[in-house]
Amino acid sequence: MAVQGDAMEAAGPYDRAKALSAFKFGDKAFYWVTRCSALAVLLILGGIILSLIVGAWPAMKEFGFSFLLTQRWAPANDPPVLGALGPIYGTMVTSIIAMTIAIPVGIGIAIFLTELCPQWLRRPIGIAVELLAGIPSIIYGMWGFFVLGPFLANTFQPFMIRIFEGVPVLGAIFGGPPSYLSLFNAALILAIMVLPFITAISVDVFKTVPPVLKEAAYGVGCTTWEVVRNVVIPYTRVGVIGGIMLALGRALGETMAVTFIIGNSFRISGSIFAPGTTISAAIASEFAESDGLHQSGLILLGLLLFVLTFMVLSAARLMLMRLEKKAGK
Amino acid sequence: MNPIYASRRRVDIVIRFLCLGAAIFGVTWLALILFTLFYNGLAGLTLQVFTQNTPPPGSADGGLLNAIVGSIIMTAIGVGVGAPIGLFAGTYLAEYGRNDRLTSLIRFINDILLSAPSIIIGLFVYGAVVVPMGGFSAFAGALALAVIVIPVVVRTTEDMLLLVPNPLREAASALGLPRSLVIRRVAYRAARAGLITGVLLATARVAGETAPLLFTALSNQFFSLDMTKTMANLPVTINNFVQSPYDYWKQLAWTGALLITLTVLTLNIGARLLGAERTKS
Repeated sequence: MAVQGDAMEAAGPYDRAKALSAFKFGDKAFYWVTRCSALAVLLILGGIILSLIVGAWPAMKEFGFSFLLTQRWAPANDPPVLGALGPIYGTMVTSIIAMTIAIPVGIGIAIFLTELCPQWLRRPIGIAVELLAGIPSIIYGMWGFFVLGPFLANTFQPFMIRIFEGVPVLGAIFGGPPSYLSLFNAALILAIMVLPFITAISVDVFKTVPPVLKEAAYGVGCTTWEVVRNVVIPYTRVGVIGGIMLALGRALGETMAVTFIIGNSFRISGSIFAPGTTISAAIASEFAESDGLHQSGLILLGLLLFVLTFMVLSAARLMLMRLEKKAGK
Repeated sequence: MNPIYASRRRVDIVIRFLCLGAAIFGVTWLALILFTLFYNGLAGLTLQVFTQNTPPPGSADGGLLNAIVGSIIMTAIGVGVGAPIGLFAGTYLAEYGRNDRLTSLIRFINDILLSAPSIIIGLFVYGAVVVPMGGFSAFAGALALAVIVIPVVVRTTEDMLLLVPNPLREAASALGLPRSLVIRRVAYRAARAGLITGVLLATARVAGETAPLLFTALSNQFFSLDMTKTMANLPVTINNFVQSPYDYWKQLAWTGALLITLTVLTLNIGARLLGAERTKS
């Protein structure tokens, strides 16, 4: 500072009041720039909601609640008939299957990484899992389309169909001809995609367990599994559920990973090996060529998806915040 | 041995193996995906990819030049617009409004935007920019990417600034430095590596984003630098080529996918190295 002061004096008569007012102005300006930027975050959310509602309004007026209950999707008809039941069903089914696969595996990996894995292997596997989370979703979609789809249709699907043939309910769920494009293939890709999220968050919350608690449990003779089940999981339950909800939010809204492989069929079929569609896949494949009421219907689908993910994500964040508070105390 | 002990041990061993199995399962997928990607992508990685534009239908001749350039331009503008806003917003949350009601609201909303489906961002920009401007444009695509960049940068900036020890700020304030200079000269400098990490991670995140570009920037078969028109970009080009009937286009899609993945992995690893350096010192 002293050097700067000298430089200032050398430059000319030093006006203290002027310098102070310049400081004051800069201070105020910086404050307002940051504050407005922070408010921009709220503005973006408001903009998203507003633009979705404005875009969806014609379809809302035209179809009302029947939009949610109609299965038929015929945008080319005159007048168009649009129903969201197919995409909603597809979104639910793929997310449920994906989470059924990803939750046990993701938590299993997290337990492996925090409790069982030798120290030297922890970092490489941890990094690998995080890199898996960073791969763009279109790569998963592409891989599912070219590699996983054909593989499943030629091996796994015929196998399951043969096993469950003739069994009452399961026969219908696993029925039908094997297909490259199906709800199940999309769900498996989703599971692979959300796996790293579940693992990463579970590892983070498992690390918040005070070592003393675990040591005490080991001290009275618990096995590793008993420590995990009776100490680690109860202590971190809220956080793990938060992480799962976060992953569910991803699965519900994921677009590129499922669009190629789901078949884009609005018909609801009982079998998980049949083609279907999800909300995001329907928007992605039809929006660019749509107009009028059809486009408005797609935006209404988007609004539904946003409301759905908003609820899931807020629940997730509230749970994670509760755990953070607990860890902070 | 006491039968209870034996059964407890058995359960423990079974669970251990299941967890090991889960870890192998997870790592196998990564290996499989990366292997296929490199195997198929490297086969088509020639100089032509970088020197020629995307081929017209049916032609087995061409590269990805226009798509690569378009992607770089849109990512650069997206990060250029989004990163400063995110940095300033994060600064407000961490420095000015640390214990505000408003701050916790903004933090909450930001966390939701962070994981909101990117296709919704596409719909938002379509309604807010494409419709009023009267057509698809690279500008709209870049804005969509900026909207995705902002929450990522806000989050990391806030986290990193909160790590800067308070005595540093107090010392600077005691010298009579105004608040904005305390932040810019002291807090930013102390958190610099972390702030750059955040921007790198945000860049990695948008470099491969496809869904928000599908109906904002669209794509373009030709080379174009006009921000008000549609512009080719790698993700949408891949999206179109994957579903095409031509083998050469599929090959180009794999090569493009490899380029994107390499970029994203490099950025991620760079961000990690930077972060590791910070914790060491």
